[in-house]
Amino acid sequence: MNGISVKNLKVWFGSGKDRIDAVKDATFDVPKGESFGLVGESGSGKSTILRAITELAPNWSGAIHVAGKTLDHTRDNEFYKTLQMVFQDPYASLHPRHSVDQVLSETLYLHGFDNIEKRIVTLLDDVGLGPSFRFRYPHQLSGGQRQRVAIARALAPEPSFLLLDEPTSALDVSVQAEILNLLTDLRAEHGLTYLMVSHDLAVVGHMCSRIAVMQLGEIVEVMTAEDMRAMRPSHPYTKHLLEASIGYSREAAADIVA
Amino acid sequence: MNLLDVENLWVKFPTRNGVFDAVRGVSFTLGQERLGIVGESGSGKSMTGRAILRLIRPPGQVTAERIAVEGDDIMAMSEKEMRSVRGQRISMVMQDPKFSLNPVMRVGDQIVEAYAIHAKSTKADAKRKAMEMLEAVSIRDPERVYRSYPHELSGGMGQRVMIAMMMVPDPRILIADEPTSALDVSVQTQVLRIMDKLVQERGMGLIFISHDLNLVSSFCDRVLIMYGGRIVETCVADKLHEAQHPYTRGLLNSLPRLDVKQERLAVLERDATWRDTDSVSGAR
Amino acid sequence: MSQSEAQKQTLREWLLTDTPQSRHQARMVALYQGWLSFSTNTMAMFGLGILICLGLVALFAPLISPHDPFAQELGNRLQPLWSEGHVFGTDSLGRDILSRLIYGSRITLYIVALVALIAPVAGLLVGTVAGYSGGWLDVILMRITDIFLAFPRLVLALAFVAALGAGIENAVLAISLTAWPPYARIARAETLTIRNSDYISAVKLQGAGATRIVTKHIWPLCISSLIVRVTLDMAGIILAAAGLGFLGLGAQPPSPEWGAMISEGRRFILDHWWVATIPGLAIFTVSLAFNLLGDGLRDVLDPKDGGS
Repeated sequence: MNGISVKNLKVWFGSGKDRIDAVKDATFDVPKGESFGLVGESGSGKSTILRAITELAPNWSGAIHVAGKTLDHTRDNEFYKTLQMVFQDPYASLHPRHSVDQVLSETLYLHGFDNIEKRIVTLLDDVGLGPSFRFRYPHQLSGGQRQRVAIARALAPEPSFLLLDEPTSALDVSVQAEILNLLTDLRAEHGLTYLMVSHDLAVVGHMCSRIAVMQLGEIVEVMTAEDMRAMRPSHPYTKHLLEASIGYSREAAADIVA
Repeated sequence: MNLLDVENLWVKFPTRNGVFDAVRGVSFTLGQERLGIVGESGSGKSMTGRAILRLIRPPGQVTAERIAVEGDDIMAMSEKEMRSVRGQRISMVMQDPKFSLNPVMRVGDQIVEAYAIHAKSTKADAKRKAMEMLEAVSIRDPERVYRSYPHELSGGMGQRVMIAMMMVPDPRILIADEPTSALDVSVQTQVLRIMDKLVQERGMGLIFISHDLNLVSSFCDRVLIMYGGRIVETCVADKLHEAQHPYTRGLLNSLPRLDVKQERLAVLERDATWRDTDSVSGAR
Repeated sequence: MSQSEAQKQTLREWLLTDTPQSRHQARMVALYQGWLSFSTNTMAMFGLGILICLGLVALFAPLISPHDPFAQELGNRLQPLWSEGHVFGTDSLGRDILSRLIYGSRITLYIVALVALIAPVAGLLVGTVAGYSGGWLDVILMRITDIFLAFPRLVLALAFVAALGAGIENAVLAISLTAWPPYARIARAETLTIRNSDYISAVKLQGAGATRIVTKHIWPLCISSLIVRVTLDMAGIILAAAGLGFLGLGAQPPSPEWGAMISEGRRFILDHWWVATIPGLAIFTVSLAFNLLGDGLRDVLDPKDGGS
């Protein structure tokens, strides 16, 4: 197994009486090269799984394997070279006082690369930003451009796994299309494995081949994208999500409210 | 008579590099209907909503030939008269209820206060009315919600309380600015249902500002599409997917679809001429 | 002439570009834009002007002072304002007050600079380390901070000076020791919000260690609000230094420190009011200038206002 494998993962916050179990017994496998989606509403624990894999949420138990290695509670540089993450809000994931150049050169420096100057130019080119963006600060960039910088930062250590935490939910639809296309291209070019979290079923359906549906910290169903397109859910909650995401209808709404 | 007539509305912000026009000559009317305004960030859709209530803070400026609520021109009103229009005749629901409710006041007291400002009534009367409104927005346990503080409510519940509060003075027009984008899909449906019912039963006019094309198309009666501070197209909501303007088409095509597999999404190619063509009238 | 104008134009354009070509230019553009928004604030510019004048006066004190500040002339003591050769009169030993003021500005700047170097740096260090590490280290550091905060500033400074002996350096040290706790609290509060932000998570995922995160990512964001706070506190620091001088625990005679000058003039305040009032006015002007500057800096630097 050289992909991502998660078994009986439990993640919690706080302790004692205040303990909140954010993820309860999640189990799923992402083979190398696949694009796997986690969908659910807010509080379903989908982002928390990504944060446990990256150790940003240190309170977890269960087993996580990435690229054949079993993870404990320490992460070394080697791990961060294989696996990187893109955050939800590009307005919050870039340091407000650091220029694009600083962000990328620091990342490359930390991973011990040489030839930093050349690599920065290549990275910017990879994410569709010209060299003219190199010395700009975040406040001089649009949301889409910021997210491209964040993607470039995640690509800098040349990882084979990319965790995507709602990468387009803060963006306009036309910009969303550009970023999703970019992610599709990058996956093809670099042979990346994606683990993508979103609340938007259409986005996950577009990007992923298999999708896990989460509710209140549990995975209620893992379905293929084909099943999703054909509206063949096996769990009532998935059915409910699918119906709600098509749009508003008075009849369906009357059912829910009543 | 139209509930709302807007003619040639401009919103201007002076900046260091000259005047920035957020809204540029927008005209539309609103009847007893659900009117959707869609557009991307920076299209001027939220500014339009705020300008109608004259809520643009200086140095921003609002000019219009006419903004009339049931025939009364509000551009000519004093700030004092305007205060009685806000809430009583036009109400507004914002995106995030967390920022619109007073965090240190019980929900019930806030509704009662909203009522007391507009109608002189006894305390018991106001409380009865508040409970009635909480029930009207499908809150199952109004007594408990009445006594709770805003932070004790979930996002969906908070948004319902907001709507209840806005509905207390029986306004004729409700402006909802992205009322459901902070909510989960299932809660979203409930909130929409409540607004839908209010329009149907009370004969209100609803201006529904959103970035979500599918939602607006399925929820509203009529849609205005805004781009660069102008209305580029207007259409019947059901027919939004047959829209003609290249901008609307581009937006629709760039949406990922749930039902069909696409290799790549169409990317919107912006055309400089869209910005320069005159605003389309959004009259009924 | 037209050529120099064209060059000016291009320098301005170079500084206002959205697409800087080098690290150096990017930094210059950021600075220039900060300056542009600062320079629209008239009051802050006024404050800055006063402080620049103060700096120049201190720098060229030997050139511009009409008399030796230490030269006594007992036959000419307590001359009123505008008397011949002594614009601000003379003090009880016949020394020219204007010259003493001019030389005193050096001492004031010296105190201000030293305190500004010691207190915020100590506060920043303690606050960010406490805030970022959390746990027992946070508890210990912040309780120490609380202990220092609980003492009235001047009383604590008095105790320090009493222990260390009177003099300018000890006064500065005493003021610094009492001034750092508020900075530590500010820095800690900022660190607590910053450390949970996505950009810190992102740099953690690049394998950055705690030292790097604190010094390269958290400090730059804390420093701007500390600068603002220090500038606003400067008035208080000058007053504390003057207070110590007034009590005879700061600068020692015959040093022309403004607080000490007031203290000397106190004995004649009823008959010869200017001897105490003129240095008082100087303290007031400089304090006001720092306050105005601080207000203006807050508008430019405070990240909470969005900046751009």
